[in-house]
Amino acid sequence: MTNTKIAELAAVTKRFGNVLALDNFSLAVDPGELLALLGPNGAGKTTAISLLLGLARPDQGSARLFGLAPQSMAARRQIGVMLQEAALIPELRVAEQIELVAAYYPDPMPVARVLELTGTAPLSRRPYGKLSSGQKRQVQFAIALVGRPRLLFLDEPTVGLDVQSREFVWEALRRLIAEGCSILLTTHYMEEAEALADRVAVIAKGRLIATGTVDEMRALVVRKRITCRTTLRAEELLRWPDVQTVTTDQHGLQITASNTESVVRRLLAADEDLHGLEVASAGLAEAFTELTQEVR
Amino acid sequence: MQAAVVTPRARQWRAYAIEAKYESVRMLRAPAFAGPFLLLPAGLYLLFGVLLFGSEVAKDPKTALFIFMGFSIMGVMGPGLFGFGTIVATEREHGLLQLRRALPAPLAAWLLAMMLMSMLFVAMVMVSMAAVAPLGHLHLTAAHILALSVVCVLGSAPFCALGFLIGSAASAKSAPAFVNLLYLPMIYLSGILFPLPKSAEWIAHLSPAYHLDQLALAAIWAPNSGNPWLHVAVLAAITVAFTALAVRRIARQG
Repeated sequence: MTNTKIAELAAVTKRFGNVLALDNFSLAVDPGELLALLGPNGAGKTTAISLLLGLARPDQGSARLFGLAPQSMAARRQIGVMLQEAALIPELRVAEQIELVAAYYPDPMPVARVLELTGTAPLSRRPYGKLSSGQKRQVQFAIALVGRPRLLFLDEPTVGLDVQSREFVWEALRRLIAEGCSILLTTHYMEEAEALADRVAVIAKGRLIATGTVDEMRALVVRKRITCRTTLRAEELLRWPDVQTVTTDQHGLQITASNTESVVRRLLAADEDLHGLEVASAGLAEAFTELTQEVR
Repeated sequence: MQAAVVTPRARQWRAYAIEAKYESVRMLRAPAFAGPFLLLPAGLYLLFGVLLFGSEVAKDPKTALFIFMGFSIMGVMGPGLFGFGTIVATEREHGLLQLRRALPAPLAAWLLAMMLMSMLFVAMVMVSMAAVAPLGHLHLTAAHILALSVVCVLGSAPFCALGFLIGSAASAKSAPAFVNLLYLPMIYLSGILFPLPKSAEWIAHLSPAYHLDQLALAAIWAPNSGNPWLHVAVLAAITVAFTALAVRRIARQG
C-alpha cells in the first residue's frame, strides 16, 4: 500500500445559509489508522463526514476519497457507513437488510459472518422496525461492515448501546484495524477515543484546533487533577495561585491545577487532617474541554 | 496503488434483482398500503357502472366503455403517485435515502424496483377491472384486455415520475396531501370520468391521464382522439423530465 491519503478534506469551507459550518478545514485519514474526530455539538463533525461521503459539496476546497470524487461509485464501493440518523427499512428482517446492502458491494462478507461478528445473529429473523434503539445501532454497524470496507465512517457509533454491546463494537473495531481497515470515527465519548484512537482531531466552530495522538492531546494541556478530602473550602482554594478549577463531588474536592506540586504542598500544610489524596493526569475529556473552550 | 475495484456485470444484476425482491417483500408485509389502490377502482366501477347506472350503460356501449376506461386509468394513476410520493418522502425524512447515497447503492436499482412494484399493482388493478367488466355490459376479448393491460402498465410510468418528484421535495407528512391535491383534480380535469364542457376541453391535454386514456382506447381500436404516437411522446417526455428533475434534486439536497 502506498501513502496515498485514504480520505482527505483540503481547506474546505461549507456554509449553510448564515452558518459557517466548516472554515478552511483540513483533515486526512492515513491507511490503517483510527482517527477520532472530537468536538462539541454543532462543531461541524457531521458536516465534515457528509462532505467526505459526497452527501454535500464543499463551497471551497476539495473532498477526496481514495483520491477520487466522493460521489464516484468506485470510491463508495470501498467504504462502509454508519450514520447518526439513518433508519433502515422497518419491514425487512435483520438478515434481509444485511443481504440487501451486501448486494451493493463487489466482494461482501457472507451474511452469517457479519451477524456473528457484530453479535446480531440472535436478531437475524426480527423485523428491523421492532428492534430497540440499541439493537438498531448494532444492525447499522453490521451494515457498515458487510462490504469489507477499506475505510469505515462511524458517526457516534455507540450512542444508545449498553456497556456490553459497546465493548463488542470496540472489539470488532480493533480487529478491523488489525486487518488494515482505516476508520474515521466521531464521538462524544472521550473514553471511546482514548480506548481506540491512534490519532485525535479536535474540531470546534468549524475549525480544526488540534490534532495528534491521545497522549499528545493530553500533553497539550498541562493540567493535572488533584482529588482529596479536606476541611478547606472551595472558594478559598480558588484564590490560590496555580489553581484553575475546584469542584466538589462524592470523592471530596476535585482541583485542577497547572503546578500540582506546589498546590499539593500547600494543601498538606494548610490541613493536617487532609486524606484521600490522589493526583492524576487530566483525561482526554478535560483536555478536550479546555481546547474547545478557547475558541468559544 | 490497489487495482481499481471492478464489479462484474453479474453482480450488478444481482443488486438490481435483490433490490426488487426486497421492495416487493416490503410491500407484502405492509398490505394496508396497497389495499385501497387495488380495491378502489373495481369497487367504484361496480358502484357507478353497474349498481347506479347499470341500466343506462346497458343501452349505450360507448358510455359503458367510457366509464370502464375512466376507472381503469384512475387505478393506473394511484400506485405510482402515492407509492413513489409517500415512500420517497418518508425515506428522505428518515435518513434512509442519505444512507443509500453514501453506500454504493445504485439509485437506478431502487427506482426500478419501486417502479416494478407500481407496475405490478397496476397489473393487479387491470386483472380486477377485467374480472368485473362483464357486469357492466362490456364485452372485451382476451386480446383487448391484454392490449389494454400492456398500455396501462407501461403508461403508469409518468405517474411514478410525478410521484417521485413530489416525494423528492415534500416532507413525509405533506406528501400524501400534495399527491391528493394533484390526483383528484387531474382525474376531473382530464375528462376521463366526467366529460368536460367543450370550452374547457383543452385543459385535458395538459394531463397525462388524458393522453393515457386516449392511448388505451386506441389500443383496443375504440374511437379516440389525437395521434397515438403523440400521446406516447407526451407520456414519455413527462416521465423523463420529472424523473430527471427529481434525481437532480435528490443528488443535490438528499
